[in-house]
Amino acid sequence: MDVKEKKEIIVKRIAKSLEDGDVVNLGIGMPTLVANHISDEIDIMLQSENGFLGLGPKPEAGKEDKDLTNAGGEAVSVKDGAMFFDSAESFTIIRGGHVDKTILGALQVDAKGNLANWMIPNKIVPGMGGAMDLVVGAKEVIIATLQTTKRGNSKILAECTLPLTAKKEVDYIVTEMGYYKIEDEKLILKEINPDFTIEEIKEATDAELIVAKDLKEMIY
Amino acid sequence: MSKIISLEKAAAKVESGSRVMIGGFLACGTPEKIVDKLIDNGVENLTIIANDTSFPDRGLGKLVSNNCAKKVIASHIGTNPDTGEKMNDGSMEVELVPQGTLAERVRIGGAGLGGFLTPTGVGTVVEEGKDVIESNGEKYLLELPIKGDVALVKAWKADKKGNLIYRKSARNFNPLIAKACDTVIVEAEEIVEVGEIDPDHVMTSSIFVDYIVRGDN
Repeated sequence: MDVKEKKEIIVKRIAKSLEDGDVVNLGIGMPTLVANHISDEIDIMLQSENGFLGLGPKPEAGKEDKDLTNAGGEAVSVKDGAMFFDSAESFTIIRGGHVDKTILGALQVDAKGNLANWMIPNKIVPGMGGAMDLVVGAKEVIIATLQTTKRGNSKILAECTLPLTAKKEVDYIVTEMGYYKIEDEKLILKEINPDFTIEEIKEATDAELIVAKDLKEMIY
Repeated sequence: MSKIISLEKAAAKVESGSRVMIGGFLACGTPEKIVDKLIDNGVENLTIIANDTSFPDRGLGKLVSNNCAKKVIASHIGTNPDTGEKMNDGSMEVELVPQGTLAERVRIGGAGLGGFLTPTGVGTVVEEGKDVIESNGEKYLLELPIKGDVALVKAWKADKKGNLIYRKSARNFNPLIAKACDTVIVEAEEIVEVGEIDPDHVMTSSIFVDYIVRGDN
C-alpha cells in the first residue's frame, strides 16, 4: 500500500464521520482532501480560518479570484450561502466553540490526547498559524495521520516529545490501520482496517493500545 | 481635508524603525503598491506585525526578503524560507503568536482594552512568561493588546472620506489593524465619491482612516 492509498483510506473514513449540518474546519495538507469525499446527501459548512464560511471547490483554470484563497493561499470558490468576515470574527467562531469538527494533521499525537503539529526544534519552525486555537476551540478534534513516519516510527506515542499544539484536546485519530478514540487519557482502537492484524497495529503504536470490546471493521 | 495622497507621500510616512501592521493572509489582501514603495525607499529596522510573512516575492514577504525588518510578529512564517533563515542566523527576531490570539490582541489594541483571557496555548510554549489565570475552574492565558505606529490597509473600495469595503477573503486582518495604529494608510482599488457607499455596507468607518492611496485593480 503506497502513501497515496493510505491517505485515501484516512480521508474517506473521516468524510464518513461528518454529519448533516456540521461546521467543519479542514487543516492544510491531507485534511484538505476530506472535502473530495463528502457525501452529496449531507450539507456541510466548511470554515476557512482566513475569513469565511462556505468554502467550495477549486475553481476552473482561468476562473481564479485574487481575493478568494483558502488558508493555504490556494484559489478556491464559495458555495451559495457563504459569508466573509475578518480574522477576529473567524477566531470567535473557532475559539468560541462554533466549529463542530476540526480535522488536522500531526507530527505526533499521544494516548492522552496531546497533539504536536507545529514545529520541530532546530529543524522546521513554520509557526502554529490557527492550529492552537482550532484544537482548543472546536467541539471535536479529529487527527488525520499516517500510522508511522517514513522511517517507520509510530506517530502515536504514550507521550509527545515535540512542542505541543494543545494538551488533552484530541478526540479521534484516524490512520490507514484504524480508527481510534481517546477516552479518559486512553487510546482505544474502535475500528480496524482488515488489511492489518491487531498485532501489526500494536507493533506500529508506541502507546498502550486498548482494543474496544465491540471492535468493528473500518469502512471507508 | 482630502485624505487622498500620492503613493510617494504615503510611503514616506513609514519611517525606518517604526512598528507597522500590514493586512493580508499569504498575500491575499496586502497593499502591494505601498509595500513595493517601502522597498524602493530602503526603509529599515521595521517591526512588522501581520498574520504571516507570505512568500519571498509576493505580499509583505518582500519586506523580509529585502532586509527591511528587524522583527516580525506573526502566526505563520513557513511559506517564506527567508524568514526562517534570518531567524536562525539571528539577523531578525521572530515572535510567533497563535493566529486567533494575534487577531484578538490587535482587535483589543484598537478597542482600548487592557488584555483578554484565552485558553489557546495553555500547557504549550506559548504559556511561557505569561500570567495563567483561573476563571470558572478553567485555565486561561492573559494576553495583552498590541498597537502599531502605522497600519497599511488594503481595501476594495474607499469613498473620499475613507469609508471602506473589503472584498471576499482579502478582508482578514485589514479591519483590525485599521483601528490599532496611530496612522492608517489605505490602498484602495477604487475610490468613489462620498455617498456612493451605502452606510449599511461600510466595513471600516472613515474615522479610522488617515490617508488613501489609489491602488491597482
